[in-house]
Amino acid sequence: MRGRAPRGRATPYLFLAPALAVYGAFLLYPLLRAVQFSFYDFDGLTVGTPVGLANYAAVLTDAGLRAAFGHALVLVVFFSLLPLLVGLVLAALLVRARVRGLPLFRTVVFLPQVIAMVVVAVAWRRIYAPDGTLNDLLRAVGLDALTRTWLGDYATALPAVGLIGTWVSTGLVTVLLMAGMARVPKELYEAASLDGASPARQLRALTLPAIRPEIAVALTLTIISALKTFDLVYVTTGGGPGTSTTVPSYEVYRRAFELGEVGAAAAVGVVLTVLVFAVNLVVNRVADRQR
Amino acid sequence: MASTRSAAGRSLARAVGLGAAAALALTACAPGSGSDDGGAPPQPTGPVSTDVAGAGDVTLTVWDQEVRGGQDEQITQLNAAFEEAYPNVTVERVSQSFDDLATTLRLALTGEDAPDVVQTNNARATMGQFVAAGQLVPLDAYADAYGWRDRYPESVLQYSTYSEDGTVFGEGSLYGLPQVGEVVGVYYSRSALDELGLEVPQTWSDLEAALQTAADAGRTPLLLGNIEGWPAGHVFGAVQGAHVDPQEIQALGLGNAGASWTTPENLEALGQLQQWQEQGWFNEGVNGTNYDAAWQQLADGQGVFLVAGSWLAPDLQDAMGEDAGFFAPPPADGGELATTGGTGIPFSITTAAEEPDVAAAYIDFLTSDDAMQVLADTGNLPVVDTASYAPESGLLADVYTAFDDVSSQGALLPYLDYATPTFGETLNQTLQGLLAGELTPEQAADALEADYADFTSSGG
Repeated sequence: MRGRAPRGRATPYLFLAPALAVYGAFLLYPLLRAVQFSFYDFDGLTVGTPVGLANYAAVLTDAGLRAAFGHALVLVVFFSLLPLLVGLVLAALLVRARVRGLPLFRTVVFLPQVIAMVVVAVAWRRIYAPDGTLNDLLRAVGLDALTRTWLGDYATALPAVGLIGTWVSTGLVTVLLMAGMARVPKELYEAASLDGASPARQLRALTLPAIRPEIAVALTLTIISALKTFDLVYVTTGGGPGTSTTVPSYEVYRRAFELGEVGAAAAVGVVLTVLVFAVNLVVNRVADRQR
Repeated sequence: MASTRSAAGRSLARAVGLGAAAALALTACAPGSGSDDGGAPPQPTGPVSTDVAGAGDVTLTVWDQEVRGGQDEQITQLNAAFEEAYPNVTVERVSQSFDDLATTLRLALTGEDAPDVVQTNNARATMGQFVAAGQLVPLDAYADAYGWRDRYPESVLQYSTYSEDGTVFGEGSLYGLPQVGEVVGVYYSRSALDELGLEVPQTWSDLEAALQTAADAGRTPLLLGNIEGWPAGHVFGAVQGAHVDPQEIQALGLGNAGASWTTPENLEALGQLQQWQEQGWFNEGVNGTNYDAAWQQLADGQGVFLVAGSWLAPDLQDAMGEDAGFFAPPPADGGELATTGGTGIPFSITTAAEEPDVAAAYIDFLTSDDAMQVLADTGNLPVVDTASYAPESGLLADVYTAFDDVSSQGALLPYLDYATPTFGETLNQTLQGLLAGELTPEQAADALEADYADFTSSGG
């Protein structure tokens, strides 16, 4: 066997073939089918009729759908940006502080990430309920005026759902950033301190550039989870009150399974996929360029 | 190095391109054209037979959603009894929750190995579309053979009746038979009523007076958990029934042309619901309260009345015992008894069924007098001759009586979300807006009218 170099350029692909076949059958093929469906008026039962770009035109002109995409972008703030800010502070503290039980803290911070989203949603529904934990707490400290039905109020429903996302993502972001920060040699911080750089300055000049790849990964993962949020909204508010917490994934589900508009649902799904790609392309381009 | 990489890159690109082209070639035909029974409307082939024993060995695949306690019990008993009566038939049961069935049935019906008998929701988005796609067998010939039209009141059968193209709901051919009935009414706590010195209201104005009395006494008159959106629809159904002509609601609810949401009566009903909220007659934060939390509050003595469906009776009976009572929403003075209600999910025969005669016999068996007794024994609400199965006293007796009164003497109004495929969502959003004070009754009526008129003017 030794010395018999593999002949033919096809050999690598033969090795790749099993994985490619699985990838193709379960990812590429469904994706292409969805793209194809999106050009049809198709109810999932009878033969579809081609309608060209009509489904996409509807995505752009439907005020309800535009609102849903708007809500998804608001959720990005809560799922990605807030956790990034909180995570930076937490990670900096956990890496620098010489506290006992660090693994315990790390586990506790990461825990929300491990719990199934449906469980998280059910728990938070109770917290936000009119006689739930949050309102009880507010009443206990005399802030009765602030109590409200968090998930049932037009003004607070979307931020309330978003904050659940913040709670879930913060752990993941923190652990990622901690991994990045641990890589930065301690001597650099010592040198910076000797030169009189404040902790804030150290963070800006030393830590942030060093952990840019981790930030990019954290943003990518959390933005994807923000844009494709479904279970959280499905369990907590079902899109309500009114339409104040509708999100694109929920609209895909509703169209395909409740309304029987499979073509329109596929179009929404494709637009959502493109949006996720585009946003993450920008994030990663920015992270790469500055390296 | 650079050249090898770019060569590899080129061939990879080619491979991906080839793969994509192959996938596209696979998908070149129109979606839905692959299935065998692509939309030819089914016709009953020849005379139907009620002879099951002579059909030879048959396996009947049944998809149901009878998963909860008493439901599961009754269908298990009846399936066993059917197999015993006809040893040549095997019932293969596939059981899943209502939501799961709703999402999987669409795919299952178009598949190669479709079930023979399915429970399919009456609404236009499900049964209506399946009828239009030619996936359900019209049961009229069987109805004649088995006398189903004598067995069931017309007010019940209309909810599984569609025109052949699925555009008209409530008229045309029969496509399914339900086992159980449902009625939306008012639950109350007997002890709370006694404390307040109130009787069970006989008219709508009695009910309003009772709510006022409860509010004056510092109690929460009405409980509602509306975070899910649909519970308010049931409360509104009762309010609407007291204000609007049943014929009008029938047309609105079934999504048939000729009615309007913007009539003064509908505006009055929407206005009354909002007014109840503004007067503080509901518990605090209805839009943020869970449906289940609301009825549990009634059981905990935190409220006086709860407008909800008969399906809560077993749970409330367990939680409250003799203290729980139920009455149909009382009619307006001089008006007709009318409230939202209907049937459990009907059993239908698919066009994929190889032995439709056996399937029909099975459905007949599930809805026979003996079956109704089994349903009553297992805590369900039999849809046929309900009052005769009523227990002597208690909450279930109240519920049985209310359903029988409404279905035989009054008007059993359709669930409003039957109207159009999107109406459930529209109604939920509108009523949440109305209760939150975000919408005026006029704006709410306009939103509902837009959905209804859009659908009816497009011819379904």
